[in-house]
Amino acid sequence: MFSFRKTLAPTFLAAALIAGSDASAFTACQVTDTGGIDDNSFNQTAWQGVLDAQESLGVEGRFLESQAETDYVANINSLVNGDCDIIITVGFLLGDATKEAAAANPDQAFSIVDYAYDPVIPNILGQVYATDEAAFLAGYVAAGVTKTGVLGTFGGINIPPVTIFMDGFYRGAMYYNAQNGTEVTVLGWNPETREGLFTNNFNSLDDGRAFAQNLYDEGADIVMPVAGPVGLGSASLANELGADKLMLVGVDADLYLTDPNNSHVYLTSVTKRMDATVSEVIARAMNGSFEGGVLVGTLDNGGVDLAPFHDMAERVPAELSTKLAAVRAGIIDGSINVGE
Amino acid sequence: MSGNKRQTDGMYESLLRRAAPDRTAWEDLVVVPIFAVVVALLLGAVAMLATNVDLATVGRSYVALVSGSVGSFNAISETLTSAIPLTLAGLGIALGFRAGMFNIGAEGQLLIGGMAAVITGFSLPGLPMIVHVPLVLLVGALAGGLYAAIAGWLRAATGAHEVISTIMLNLIAYRLVDYLLRLDFIQREGRSDPISKSVLESAELPRLLTWLDPNLRLHAGVFLMIGAVIFIHWLLFKTRLGFEFRASGENPEAARYAGMRAGLVIVLAMGLAGALAGLAGANQVSGVLGRASPGFSAGIGFDAIAVALLGRSHPWGVLLAGLLFGALEAGGRQMQVDAGVSIDLIGIIQALIIVFIAAPLLVRALFPWGFSKARPSAKE
Repeated sequence: MFSFRKTLAPTFLAAALIAGSDASAFTACQVTDTGGIDDNSFNQTAWQGVLDAQESLGVEGRFLESQAETDYVANINSLVNGDCDIIITVGFLLGDATKEAAAANPDQAFSIVDYAYDPVIPNILGQVYATDEAAFLAGYVAAGVTKTGVLGTFGGINIPPVTIFMDGFYRGAMYYNAQNGTEVTVLGWNPETREGLFTNNFNSLDDGRAFAQNLYDEGADIVMPVAGPVGLGSASLANELGADKLMLVGVDADLYLTDPNNSHVYLTSVTKRMDATVSEVIARAMNGSFEGGVLVGTLDNGGVDLAPFHDMAERVPAELSTKLAAVRAGIIDGSINVGE
Repeated sequence: MSGNKRQTDGMYESLLRRAAPDRTAWEDLVVVPIFAVVVALLLGAVAMLATNVDLATVGRSYVALVSGSVGSFNAISETLTSAIPLTLAGLGIALGFRAGMFNIGAEGQLLIGGMAAVITGFSLPGLPMIVHVPLVLLVGALAGGLYAAIAGWLRAATGAHEVISTIMLNLIAYRLVDYLLRLDFIQREGRSDPISKSVLESAELPRLLTWLDPNLRLHAGVFLMIGAVIFIHWLLFKTRLGFEFRASGENPEAARYAGMRAGLVIVLAMGLAGALAGLAGANQVSGVLGRASPGFSAGIGFDAIAVALLGRSHPWGVLLAGLLFGALEAGGRQMQVDAGVSIDLIGIIQALIIVFIAAPLLVRALFPWGFSKARPSAKE
């Protein structure tokens, strides 16, 4: 089994030496979740933070994609043995693996998206987001735009960073009902029982299509998929049906921009600026102010937000926009509590 | 297999024969796999070049592949850690091939075995490790074996083809695991996603090299792997049961006329194959993951089919193939880190290896100088 290495290795070794590498630069390494680096959504947004830091701070970026949940520990391990100045793991599900690796390598700086440790671990900086604040706005505007009076949502896996979107979306729609005397319903999530629709994965586009189809069949004309690339499957369905029949609310990134093939189906997106927090973490690690703890993105500090309506602006009446601005101000000043 | 050759040999039988050769055609066993690996690596380089990766990066990625798989303690530890479940499940598939059965259900058997193991692993506090670990492995093997025996029984009793029934059982296993992981006594406290409690420390396969470096994940499952290879070799070639397996695989009718109990052989072979897959699942939860989540099988049960084919259904061949696939997995990670080449490329290389393994004639045609002039006559 080793013969091929003997013959091929020297040739390739020579090729590699020509290429050379710059080992002196500050290196930021990222481990993605199973959606992959090019998911137009969750992992891509976090990776964008490294790319931004590459641009503005001159760091070197590397990433490793997880193909299955079994890869988390192994992937972090391969980076620990590299020359990473900071290792950023992307996703709640990497929480245990990151904690273990941080305990085994106390001198290595880690940061994780969507996880906060209690008590604080000195070499992990968690990045969490008050996504429900922005999702509340999305639910509010969707309730004002829907024609059927039925909204839908579904998630990837029933974990807090996913369901917080659904909580906000649901409560925003209910708030619209209370303010305007309407009876818009939200399918796919019940914030009281914590039960709802989940694909149980973050990578099946087929599931995204099927779940959106089910919600559409039940009368929903606006659906918010909270499952990374799974939502792209929903987008292709909405694309076929047309935006008059089914619109989507994107999550994580402004999908109007990141998913240009289907941009006309997105009413808006609930943006979670992981790119901003990731480059902030890299900047802190570079200038030596890195320490364990939590970084929280809110509507107030721009860590989460509602994306512009782009081409959908005409579907959002001026009156609704005015009310939306008031709700937004209310959330920021604390007079509207999105948590109940 | 000599004498009156049956005219009705379908693709199925010939593929089976290729997977489980009736004679040790040395060239097919050794030379073809080596060429297949080399050609796959070369074509992998072509695939990289075709996707605008420059030659230097291609070189760097193959250097990374080697250094990430055998280049350091950590690399070897990762290679072995990945190879253990692949080899265990691959042995099960190989056993099935030998007995004339295509077991596509290793993935499901691995899931069921792993689930049973994880439940045993977290629910019996107070047991000493020397009892708890073997118990966990045993329960995993038993559960996987019973699950696979369903397909064997269906085949023996009703003639339902095991390819269909094992695929269906895989789907059932996926959903069953989703369901089980949400039961109160299995689901981890404070979590609403499907994830099991962690196995107790006394149920963890001990890590072997943590005294060198706490990141080394190699665990005692490696002895399990070697033990299983030796056991299956002994079983297949030194026991009456193994002879019955092989005889039934090569010519079921002759075996029946010789007085072998065809139904029993089928159920036993499937059960044993499932036990090995279940053992692979138990190994994963007890040695690597420490818990179960919906994706914990990670496609090992399917990769194991390739491992069994590459290993020509011979226990030692399966071990070598398992090590190679483990090396590809560990090295592939390094490829992505060092060269930024997509990890999907490793999937392509694995697939190419399988294509060439499954088509020995193609390899012979491509490399006529690598083989003796006279082809083995047993091949049609």
